[in-house]
Amino acid sequence: MSDAVATLQAVPATARNRVPVFAGSRPAARSAYALVAPAFILMLMMLIGPLAGVIALSFTDYQLGAPSFAWIGLSNYHEMFADRVFWISLKNTLTYVAIVVPGAVALGLGTALLIQSGAGLRSLYRTIYFLPVMATLIAMAIVWEFMLHPQFGLVNGVLRAAGLQGHSWLQERGTALYSLCAIGVWQATGFNMVLFLAGLVSIPKHLYDAAEIDGAESAWSRFCLVTWPLPGPVTLFVVTISAIRSFQVFDTVQVLTKGGPSKSSEVLIYTMYAEGFEFFRSGYGAALTVVFLAFVLLLTLVKSALGNREVHYA
Amino acid sequence: MAEIEVRGLRKAFDGTEVLKGVDLTIENGEFISLVGPSGCGKSTLLRVIAGLEPQSSGEIRIDGISADGVRSSARNLAMVFQSYALYPHLSVFDNIAVPLRMKRLSALARLPILGRLMPGRQRTERGIRAEVERVADQLEISPLLKRKPGQLSGGQRQRVAVGRAIVRQPRAFLFDEPLSNLDAKLRVHMRAEIAQLHRQLKTTFIYVTHDQAEAMTMSGRIAVMIGGELIQVGTPSAIYEDPRDIRVAEFIGTPKINAFPGRIRGDGRLEVLGHVLHAATPAPAGECRVCVRPERIDLTGSGVFSGTVVHLENLGSEAFVHVASEGMSAPVVARVNDPSLLPTIGASVGYGFVPDAVRAFDGDGKRIATEIASRVERPRGMAVV
Repeated sequence: MSDAVATLQAVPATARNRVPVFAGSRPAARSAYALVAPAFILMLMMLIGPLAGVIALSFTDYQLGAPSFAWIGLSNYHEMFADRVFWISLKNTLTYVAIVVPGAVALGLGTALLIQSGAGLRSLYRTIYFLPVMATLIAMAIVWEFMLHPQFGLVNGVLRAAGLQGHSWLQERGTALYSLCAIGVWQATGFNMVLFLAGLVSIPKHLYDAAEIDGAESAWSRFCLVTWPLPGPVTLFVVTISAIRSFQVFDTVQVLTKGGPSKSSEVLIYTMYAEGFEFFRSGYGAALTVVFLAFVLLLTLVKSALGNREVHYA
Repeated sequence: MAEIEVRGLRKAFDGTEVLKGVDLTIENGEFISLVGPSGCGKSTLLRVIAGLEPQSSGEIRIDGISADGVRSSARNLAMVFQSYALYPHLSVFDNIAVPLRMKRLSALARLPILGRLMPGRQRTERGIRAEVERVADQLEISPLLKRKPGQLSGGQRQRVAVGRAIVRQPRAFLFDEPLSNLDAKLRVHMRAEIAQLHRQLKTTFIYVTHDQAEAMTMSGRIAVMIGGELIQVGTPSAIYEDPRDIRVAEFIGTPKINAFPGRIRGDGRLEVLGHVLHAATPAPAGECRVCVRPERIDLTGSGVFSGTVVHLENLGSEAFVHVASEGMSAPVVARVNDPSLLPTIGASVGYGFVPDAVRAFDGDGKRIATEIASRVERPRGMAVV
């Protein structure tokens, strides 16, 4: 009996002790903030701070190493939008994205389907296709430079053997950007394939049975009914990641073409790099970065909007 | 509507024989259950009938025409899967419409945007809409048509899966353990609904289950499969009352039938635990198993067998008493219809059974005929043996 009374009294007592925590009494709140602080400070220092810094920098005429700078408002942006090089590099970047994303997604999915349907040697093929992802792109770019060499390159060699005219792939205005696109597709396919393989494995086998019973006789109709829509979340992720990475294309441009010939392969990040670190115009480079970030943010927003609405996570 | 004949069907996976020569004729409009323990090959048999797996040998005839080499979709059989197999990215409406769209629209007309431009698509779509809505109405899922399968409860998904099956008006329905993912209460409810659906559609139903209660309550005939073979096919009452094999007797009925170790004496009388039963058999003398259903074990009379109560299961409307007896490896289970008359655990009880409750099986598990041994006098004038 006494035990029961004690328990009954203890319950409201505990409740009374707890209430202030939620109400935000000073000592409790202080320890709560203290607990949140490390994560908050780190986030401020590593993510939000630099971002705010870049945005602030884009409103100044700061030059790398300069002792002082002045606020110049939107001047950097005015200059940028009036600059032909900016528009060329934006157009080139969008072209690159428009070619590499569909190419790498389609090839990644195609390779994944082939590997998935194959009987043996799956892990061997997986490894081979994943090699470009593991290798350093700078090193691989040098290999590509040899492959695309006008005189002794493999590509032209094959073309000549087939009786076709070769090109100076990286030195001609008409082909430089597309050669970089091909390297971009080559590099991204393996990564996309691995993601798609994971997505394909998770498709329940019985859905194919149901599709078969429901009259999806051709491989194409089964693909439309099951294989394509089921890994929807994976596809969305692959497309977004491919797009962001294509926007960031830099290494191959830097190693192979330096944006040339005559700006035909100039891309956003390369312009940013050239302005910021070759001409030391940090303020202008920051303005370019802000434009770049706006595109990436847009992509992310589109992804999350689609992810919430169109893509099912069953 | 279809009559389905299975002749000498064998199926092996990587050298392991799963179906060992199955012969079965399923009548037009019949509700037949394939029942058996897990791994007995019943689902494989269904998948072979559906055309999802090719058989190793043997033949399937649907309405007298061989189905060998005929694609699943062309067999025009509908299947309801254990996991429902709904397309998670499609709404309920689209899920039900899939078989119709596959049949009536060309691959080009099924394309998302381009398809709208195809001539005649609008009219076909209107027809499909009307049929899907009719089926949804019939299954009372009309308010759910816009939802995705992920937003439905198990029972609702079940109905959608059934809807997708009936919308195409197939020749036969194949059910692969459709209720096993539902909770017990809903399962009982859906049992009645599926039986009602069969009465309504009057189409052939082939229903695979490991749950003998489903098989007993729903079907016109039961086919008991064990170890890749059809052991017995018959009406639920025949399977229950007249099992031809001890495996059938043990599989059908809960709690399991009581199997006593027995002996056939030289004069044909059966002997159990040292007591001579009032039943005789023409079978030759030797070892046998004497089986008695729990409801035929009589605890109230002064039976000749005795044991100790080791466990009680009171279900409210009835109760089961587990009695351990000497010479028995498993306790004997007896059903008591009035739970207020239950003995206590540890109490000694006597039990017996009437001779016509006996189902005897020989050493190979095959049923042997028994009859009441009327010629011989009852020892000490007992009513029950």
